[in-house]
Order: sequence, then structure tokens, then C-alpha cells
Amino acid sequence: MQNELSGPRFEKQIERRDFLGLAAVWTFFGTIIAAIIGALKLPMPSVFPETDSRFPIGRPEEFPVGEAIHLSSRQLWVFSEENGIAAVSMVCTHLGCLVKRQDNDEFICPCHGAKFDSAGKVLSGPPPRGLAWLEITLGPDGRLIVDSEREVSAETRFKI
Amino acid sequence: MSYNATRQFFRNIRNLFRNFRESAIRHGRPTSDRARTQTVVQNFFLHIHPARTHTHTLKWSTTMGLGIMTTVLFLILAVTGILLMFYYKPSVETAYDSIKDIHYVVPTGRIIRNVHRLSAQGMVVLMILHMARVFYTGAYKSPREFNWVVGMLLLIITLGLSFTGYLLPWDQLAYWGVTIGSGIAGSPRDLTDALGITQYFDPGGLVREIMLGAHMVGQEALIRFYTLHVIVLPIALVVVLGVHFWRIRKDGGLARPVSADPPVFAEGVGPEDAPTKSFGLMAVVRERTPATDKEIENTVPSWPRVFRLEAILTMVALLIVVGLSLFIDAPLEEQAADPPVPLNPAKASWYFLALQELVSYSAFGGGMVIPGIIIVSLLLIPFLDREEDDVGIWFGGRQGRRITVLSVAYAVVVCVGVLAFTINFGWLRNWLPELTQKHVRATQIVIMLFNPGMVFVVASAIWSLGLLRLTNSTRMASVGLLTCALVFFIILTYFAAVHRGPNWVFYWSQADWPVIEH
Repeated sequence: MQNELSGPRFEKQIERRDFLGLAAVWTFFGTIIAAIIGALKLPMPSVFPETDSRFPIGRPEEFPVGEAIHLSSRQLWVFSEENGIAAVSMVCTHLGCLVKRQDNDEFICPCHGAKFDSAGKVLSGPPPRGLAWLEITLGPDGRLIVDSEREVSAETRFKI
Repeated sequence: MSYNATRQFFRNIRNLFRNFRESAIRHGRPTSDRARTQTVVQNFFLHIHPARTHTHTLKWSTTMGLGIMTTVLFLILAVTGILLMFYYKPSVETAYDSIKDIHYVVPTGRIIRNVHRLSAQGMVVLMILHMARVFYTGAYKSPREFNWVVGMLLLIITLGLSFTGYLLPWDQLAYWGVTIGSGIAGSPRDLTDALGITQYFDPGGLVREIMLGAHMVGQEALIRFYTLHVIVLPIALVVVLGVHFWRIRKDGGLARPVSADPPVFAEGVGPEDAPTKSFGLMAVVRERTPATDKEIENTVPSWPRVFRLEAILTMVALLIVVGLSLFIDAPLEEQAADPPVPLNPAKASWYFLALQELVSYSAFGGGMVIPGIIIVSLLLIPFLDREEDDVGIWFGGRQGRRITVLSVAYAVVVCVGVLAFTINFGWLRNWLPELTQKHVRATQIVIMLFNPGMVFVVASAIWSLGLLRLTNSTRMASVGLLTCALVFFIILTYFAAVHRGPNWVFYWSQADWPVIEH
């Protein structure tokens, strides 16, 4: 189609009518995409239903030196030794099943057979890393507090 | 005679039923081809069918009724699912008890629940068989490539429905099955962890949070899975299924071989031999009337033959699922979900067991990378194999049958060999314990990319490329590839179902399982 503006210099220029039409189309898609993005914000949780990641596990004297205590509701093993106290999470780092401590102090995950040594290091199986050692602090009321979201490096023991 | 409203009124009463029928159905009885056509075209519920159907489509060997049966099972699932919704309560306190009520108290509840569960399993089986049928008859080829892609979408939605339905009974099996499943969804974190970028970019954690609405499987996850299961995914399935059916019509009906439409002209006489004047054709055409520019119609009116077949398939499907549901109870663990005590072994539904076996080597490698490769390869098949000679022929003829058998043998040897190897010798960590302890991140990336599942993928690819070179046919290469994939899927499913016991350890049979105290 020829018009008075055609020619090498004006080739790229689009007509006002076309420009407005295209702008309308893009505005339509922009609106729809913005609406979808807005709606999809809703399923992303900002508040989590779980209880606080910090929880008290008891007074230090409840964990006498040389004992390993299983806190099944907290999914923890607490090891108390000469050089300090440590909390190891039982949540398998593979897919979130709970490992079980064997008689030889190793941990085995029932779901895919992962094996960890007594310090939580991976011996065999699919987990990407060892069991999580968690931070222990002393609360103001004299109870030990574990934070399940604060991981410390393996074999870290806390002197209380 | 003048118009008498009173008399007309009584006449209307007398003709009430006839007038009502004629207002609803505007055509006569289907005694002529024209009326049969109208029966299909003018009926809202039937008009998704073509007015006429090719005779090849109606043959048992063309489709074996697999697609129709899958659809019938979906309809059964929709009806029984709505019935179950009358009693099911999606909350962690009441879900398990309400399933127990449905099973033991609600009139016919047990049968309805069994039918729902068996239809779901049957739908997955038939869908896989339907996919195999479409593949082996070459029905994914041009112009039907896009409908193969739509079918893949249906496969994913159906598996999503199965997975979300698995959680709803809220028993131990459901809880741990979905814990593992959501772990797989979050497994990209293994990769980001190994690369040390999780704190900046964490797609695994994000997907898992959106899926569960929390960090653990709980009330939020239950209500999300319920919403997906009863509304979101069924609506998605119906829409995509509509597209799937619509495309069958737009793509020219079901795929059929060239031989299904025999030429109009007598043997040895082609149109190029015929005189150019039309009267000359009368001597050539093997029909009672001369038809120019027109092939013989190999179609019959869809009414009643198509509908008779569909009715038969519906009855067969109903008979099988209702019959089986009288004897096979849907499982319900004796315990409601008990987060501190994992089930041992915690197995997923059977169609996810192959995946679970792969995941037992690496969560991200087996649960994401390999399924991703399989889905992408399946999607690409119709675009990479565009040979159209043997469309509509099972296995593409004799050569294809032989290659299918060879591929089965090859895949069985590879799969059983690799499994036997891993049982006896373990995998990377067992060989180099010191080294893998020292380089945890590097080990993880290596295991992610180099695990038994990847061996299967590479073995299939090599086999397929070998066939490509040997037979000089992309069709044969794709037959080899899909056959390998199907065999691996079947063997891994069987292996995980039968030979994996507590702690995912290999046992020859369940009788050898040790007793586990919780």
C-alpha cells in the first residue's frame, strides 16, 4: 500500500491508527498478565502455621553427661558429652522422612535407605548432606533452647 | 371457517406431547442417512462426534477403545468424586475419620470409594496404554503432532489428580507419600545448595512452600491439595480434554493407513490414463454412477455404530470397576497421619514407584532431571520423527515389530543388569567413602547427574541413535526409544513394588522382611 509518507526515509513509520490498535492490544495483554500475577500472589504464604522454630527442651541437668536422649515430638536427638551438648535433627536431608537411630549408633532413613554415621555424616544412599546439627542457647529461665532453623557445623558442641 | 381459539386450545392440549417432542428434537427417526446425520449434528451432547465416521476408525484393532474407556473412567471418577464430597471433611482432625465413616458407615460408601480409587488407577493404566497405541500406530504424525502434545498435558494433569488425591485420606500412607512427593518438588534445593546459591535463588523451596502453604505437610497442605483435586485440576482436565477431542476432528479424524482409502480407479488405470473429457471416465470408474473429482466414501453414518460401540465400552468399563470394587478394598491404614513416626517402607502409589526407585539414588536427579528429560523427549518425538509412510500401521510393519521385540530384550537386559549391579555393589558413596565425605558438594553434583536412572536414559539414547544409523529411519529410532522407556518404567515399577522392603532394602519377597518395631 502506498501513502504519501512512503519512501526509504519513512519506511519504518507506522500509521497512527495502527499504533493505537497495537497499543490497545498490548494494553489488554498487560492488564490480563498483571491481573494474573496479582492473583497468583495469594497462594504464596507469608505467615507460616508452624510453631516458633525456637523451642525449650529442658534444663541442663535433665541432660546428664554421657547420655543420648530422643525427643520424638521435636524430631531431635540430644547428645550430652564431656565437651558439651549437641542437638541433631532427625529430618532426613533427602526427602524429609525421619531417620531412626540403630543399636550401633548409626542412623537409617526408612524411606530410601539412607545411612548416616553417629555424627550424622552420610555413609550411603541419596541424601545431599549430613543430618543438621542445631544451635543450642540458654534461655533467661535457665532452660536450653534449640532453634531448628539455625544450623551449626557438624560436631559443634555447646558448653553451657 | 373462522379461527376458534377455544377449539385450538383443546387441540394444543391434545398435541402437547408431540409438540413438545418436536420442539426438542427437530428431526425424524434416524431411518435415513439424512436423519442419522441430523441426530448427531443437532444434539448438543452428540455433536462432538462427526456426522460420518470412517470405517477404519470403527475397527477394533485401530484404537481398542482405549481413549474412550479412559474418558468413561474419568466420568465415573467425576460422579463418584462428587458423591464422596458429600461426606469428606478436609481438615486434619476430621479427614481420616470421615474416610472411615465413608468406608464403614455410609450406605454404599465403601463401594463408591473403591470404584473411585480403582477408576483412578484404571485411568492411569488406560492412559498409558492409549499413549502406547497412538505411538505404535504412528498416529502422532503430521497433522496430529499438536494433539500428541495436548495428550501429554492430559497425562500430567491426570498424574497431578492422582497425587493430590493420595493425601486426602490423611492416613500414614497419605502423609508420608506426600512428604516424599513434596520433598521431590523441593529437590532443586539440592542443586542450589551444591552450587551455594540457595540464599539468592531457591526455586525448590518456593515451589514447596506454594504447594504446602507451610514448611511441613499439614492442614494448609491438605486444604490446598483438596482444592486442586476437586476443582482446579478437574476443570483443567475437562478443558484440555475438550481441546483433545476437538483436535481429533480438526486433524481429520483418527490416523489411518493409505490402504484404508482404496483408489477409485480400476487396477492399472490411473487418472492420468483417463481421457480428459468427462464422458470418457464413465468407462473407467468402477461404480454404478460416474463420479468425477471424488473418491469413494469409506465412511458410514456415526449413528448408530459409533454410539453402539461407545455404549458397549461404557458398560464394560463400569462392569470391570464395579465388579473389582466388590472384592478389592481401597487401602486405609489403621492409623491416622502420625508425623513423628514414619511408615516403613513408605511407598507411593504404584505409578509413582518407578520414580521413587530413581529418587532413592538422588532426589533432584531421579525426581526432576530424569522425568524432565522423559517429558521433553516425548514432547519432541512427533517433531523429530516426521516420516509419514507407515501412519496407522501397528509398529509400522514387520521391521518395526522386529525392532520393538529387540528393544524390549535390550531394555530388559540393561535394566535388570543395572539393578543387579546396584544391589550388589552399591553406588558412588559405597565405592569412595573417604573421597565423598571430603567433597560433599562435588559428590552431590556427580550423583545428581550420574545415577542408575541416567544410565537408563543414556542407554536408551545410544540404542535409539544406533537404530537411526542402522535402519536409516527416524520412525524406527523413535520406536526403539519409546519401547525402552516403557520397559524401564514397567521393570522399575515392579521392582520397587515387590522387591523393596523396609529401609528400601532389596528383598526377594515380602516374606523375608524383618519385623520393625516403631
